[in-house]
Amino acid sequence: MLEPLEELRVNALKELGGINNSKELETWRVRYLGKKSGLTQILRGLASLPLEERKTAGARANEIKAELQMGLSASIEVVHRRAPVREEQIDITLPGRPLPIGHLHPITQTLDEIGDIFISMGFQVVEGPEVEWEYYNFEALNMPAEHPARDSQSTLWVDYETERAERPMLLRTQGTAITARVIESMAPPIRTIEPGRVYRREATDATHLSIYHNIDGLAVDKGITMVDLKGTLYEFARRYFGEERKVRFRCDYFPFVEPGVEMAIDCLVCNGAGCRLCGNSGWIEVLGAGMTHPEVLRRGGIDPEVYTSFAFGMGVERMPMLRYGIDDIRLFYGSDLRFLRQF
Amino acid sequence: MKVSVNWLKEYVDITLPRAEIAEKLTMAGLEAEVVEVIGERWDNIVVGQITAINPHPNADRLRLATVNLGTGEETVVCGAPNLTSGDKIAFARVGAQLIDGHSGQVATLKSARIRGVVSSGMVCSEKELGISDEHEGIMVLPDEAPLGAPLADYLGDAILNLEVTPNRPDCLSVIGIAREVAALTGQSLHLPEVATDLIGGEEVASLIEQQIAVAISAPDLCSRYCASLITGVKVAESPRWMQQRLLAGGMRPINNIVDVTNYVMLEYGQPLHAFDYDRIRGKRIIVRRATRGESLVSLDGVERVLSGDMLVIADGERPVAIAGVMGGANSEVTGETTSIVLESASFNPSSIHYTGRTLRLPSEACMRFERGIRAEMTLPALERATQLMAQLAGGEVARGVVDVYPGRVETEPILLSTAEVKRLLGVDFSLDRIVSALSSLGFDCQPAGSASAVLVTAPYWRSDIHLAVDLIEEVARIIGYDRLPTTMLSQPIPRQNPEPVIGLKREVRHRLAAYGFQEVITYSLTSLEILNKLSPESHPLEPVLLRLANPMTVEQEYLRPNLRANLLATLAANRRHEDGTITLFELGRIYRPRTHDLPDEREVVCGLLSGSGLEKSWQGRDESLDFFAAKGVVEGLLSQLGVAASFEPGLDEGLHSSKQAAIVIGGQRPGVVGELHPRVLANFEIVGAVYLFEIDLVALLPFTTAHKMFQPVPRFPAVVRDIALVIDAGIAHQQVLDIIKGFPLVEQVVIFDVYSGEQVPAGKKSLAYRITFQSPAHTLTDDEVNQVQEQILDELSRELGAVRRG
Repeated sequence: MLEPLEELRVNALKELGGINNSKELETWRVRYLGKKSGLTQILRGLASLPLEERKTAGARANEIKAELQMGLSASIEVVHRRAPVREEQIDITLPGRPLPIGHLHPITQTLDEIGDIFISMGFQVVEGPEVEWEYYNFEALNMPAEHPARDSQSTLWVDYETERAERPMLLRTQGTAITARVIESMAPPIRTIEPGRVYRREATDATHLSIYHNIDGLAVDKGITMVDLKGTLYEFARRYFGEERKVRFRCDYFPFVEPGVEMAIDCLVCNGAGCRLCGNSGWIEVLGAGMTHPEVLRRGGIDPEVYTSFAFGMGVERMPMLRYGIDDIRLFYGSDLRFLRQF
Repeated sequence: MKVSVNWLKEYVDITLPRAEIAEKLTMAGLEAEVVEVIGERWDNIVVGQITAINPHPNADRLRLATVNLGTGEETVVCGAPNLTSGDKIAFARVGAQLIDGHSGQVATLKSARIRGVVSSGMVCSEKELGISDEHEGIMVLPDEAPLGAPLADYLGDAILNLEVTPNRPDCLSVIGIAREVAALTGQSLHLPEVATDLIGGEEVASLIEQQIAVAISAPDLCSRYCASLITGVKVAESPRWMQQRLLAGGMRPINNIVDVTNYVMLEYGQPLHAFDYDRIRGKRIIVRRATRGESLVSLDGVERVLSGDMLVIADGERPVAIAGVMGGANSEVTGETTSIVLESASFNPSSIHYTGRTLRLPSEACMRFERGIRAEMTLPALERATQLMAQLAGGEVARGVVDVYPGRVETEPILLSTAEVKRLLGVDFSLDRIVSALSSLGFDCQPAGSASAVLVTAPYWRSDIHLAVDLIEEVARIIGYDRLPTTMLSQPIPRQNPEPVIGLKREVRHRLAAYGFQEVITYSLTSLEILNKLSPESHPLEPVLLRLANPMTVEQEYLRPNLRANLLATLAANRRHEDGTITLFELGRIYRPRTHDLPDEREVVCGLLSGSGLEKSWQGRDESLDFFAAKGVVEGLLSQLGVAASFEPGLDEGLHSSKQAAIVIGGQRPGVVGELHPRVLANFEIVGAVYLFEIDLVALLPFTTAHKMFQPVPRFPAVVRDIALVIDAGIAHQQVLDIIKGFPLVEQVVIFDVYSGEQVPAGKKSLAYRITFQSPAHTLTDDEVNQVQEQILDELSRELGAVRRG
């Protein structure tokens, strides 16, 4: 059995010495080391030999296999080093092949980004109808008919009348309408973040739109306090606007919260010195918030003696306007691709 | 509301710089800003007195005025017509900054020689001082102006502008703001002294009850009506200081009577109305609802037709005022008026809001009433106004006041505990701290029989305090929101059950962007005009639409029933400046009316593909867009969402009738893909073919795979065979595919060529497929594969008449 092995070894090494390209190397590899090679067949045939012979032959066969493999590796290296490199010149300054690149709308990006900040704090995204009953948009939020706070929210009404000639269907004027629905439909503990379109009957200009986006939010549980509200919103401001921004909380009025809060950040343009963007105040209002009014909770079936809650709401378009320095809100919905592709 | 700081100073000591006061008010809820500083540039301007006037030696229209400045005299040339010896005036020394009466520019005063006479200084007009546009004559100061004093000390002022929130009508007044300033700066308040004995103080005066009777027949709309009576007044201009304060507050001076009512409204926040007593018929005042169709000419001369839910003030015969909104011309105070009935009343806020809104008559009075003024405000304001009127217009005040008060409510004290404050604010404030904050605002705090609670009664001017939380806000804002710590929510995170469609929307958006689509967001309100463009026929579409009752414009009159109209308009607009490939999509809601319910708002995604294809590269690759490009997007998207879909001929009217397919999923047709009808494109003025897909995500949702299951990676090698078939042109690829896929060992079938033309008989086409055979159990032999392939060809031949080519 040893004899054919030695013969195979001699032939194989001799052949290998004459090879100088990788294609022949591969043929050689298949012939001498492949699954159907002589060596493999010898190794397979070992089982039929007497024990002593099997041991000797097996050992030798494996030695030869190792030797051939080493020889192959060495040859591969030699062949590759010897192979001539084709000196093809390319102009590496030519542009790469363009891939089609799509962009999400800056408002979508903003909604996602703000949503993700709150999701990471345990809030859950909830949506609601844009065409809404007057009740959820106003009454449920402590804004009955003829409430003066309604004056600042000119309403678009749907051409629909009940049998009693009432017109109770409107386009929601504030994202807080979703909050009213959440309070009514979910049981504490609650943490929700509520993005969506809102509508106002207003003329459009560089800073006003009749259709825009709000993000509202709500937390209801036992033991939620105003310092939690400050902490949560401060964390949002820090993460969205950056570590270096100053944040200010001041008293403000919204019918559905008490105490009411307005959060502002120091102006991104003048850093608080006062400029045109911030109306010389140094501060830019970012959102309204407060401890949810006990009547609003009670109306939605949550006992304000047991649970406390905070709520907040913000205009969305303002956020990318501040961050990117966009000076005309109409650009978002003008759908000019030269604008949209920048984000 | 605009307030003069000088006026504010009458009621509270201002101890901090103006900007700091504004900052404190802002933080505490009244956004305040110093909008105007009067006398900011009045250096070198002092109070002087004209002691002599002499003619100019060389000019007829100029005179020489000698002015005593306290420390010495100056003689200047002056051309003003109202120069009077003895008058106190504002004298500008050389170097003063003045506004040029003609150019309006600020200029520094220099010594000048005017017609041969040196003039070192100037007697100023209001315009030159920047007070008003008055430039006809010099400004004459009151006699009490201190001689030689800097004018800035005497007349300088600053105007604060305050954004008063709707819950604080008490702050629509100088005293209300002074109260806030006092509480926030720790100063005390000095209210105007009203001699209450003035009203009917003199024995000789006749009793008011004998001269006017008041009745309230609508006590639900008028909880209190107070009136005083002054006879023998002389209507004239009000004094200059009063006029100036009215102007600064945005009100037009009229006469001393009307001005007093407005002045006291600005001062106390309580609107008042003065009637000409002699024009009140029957000497009776009745507060009642208007009768239907009743009308009244209001003070602005417009006839107002009233409805039954509006409140009027009537005399014995007719309405004389629209309560709380505007007085009537028939009882207006005129130059001939000698007797005044002065009204100070409390009206229902909703009713006033409704009336003001319906009649489109917003007024200062209306704005205050509709925010809810406490009935307790009526009397102090009435007394103050009566006294001022008697002082300024003379006359005799009748004894007593009429005070009809059917709506008296006792204010219940509110129990406030330190525990409740902590429960809401999260901070453990001591009872002393709480009481001190509330007391500074005039709240009455009484012991509640416990060391940790008080009984709190709101002061009579506060109409916004009903619950403990209202008191807690007062405590928090006086201490300062910025003094509260910040903490993160410590409660366990609630269970999350987000609506699956929210995740689906996000995924679809991201996938389409990854396919190179630009997302757009368009208005959800649209017009019939745009919607009608979607019909290839001349007749307009008649979709069931949701219309607005009060649209702003016809462009935004209907809630959109689809996304494609806005997308096509967007494409058309962008085509004006861009001619390459445009692929865009919108994901948003469409609205379908439902009977007696809110509409069905469905989340839909719509995409458009337009242009030549992939962006042209210097390497010359260029593939044109067609139906299959759009279908590929749909297939890719659905496959990534784990949705199995098939395509059937579609029936969408807006699409090319033969180049469209309905997307079929689970027996439903939640979407469509196809080429837009050329006439629709023409309607939108779009040149070139456009391909569209539309998918209703709500309908799609149940078919998206929530869980993907693992498939083992094949262990045995695959065998790939290509076959080309010649087949009747009318046979669909899907028919061939279904047959091939029905055979065992067939792992994958890909069509890689479709050809008709030379070498293929007429009426036939050639289809080429690459079939991958694979077994999960063993390595396939050629024989095995050949056998299946023969069976496939047999069946294709038998079923579809297919012949193997080549």
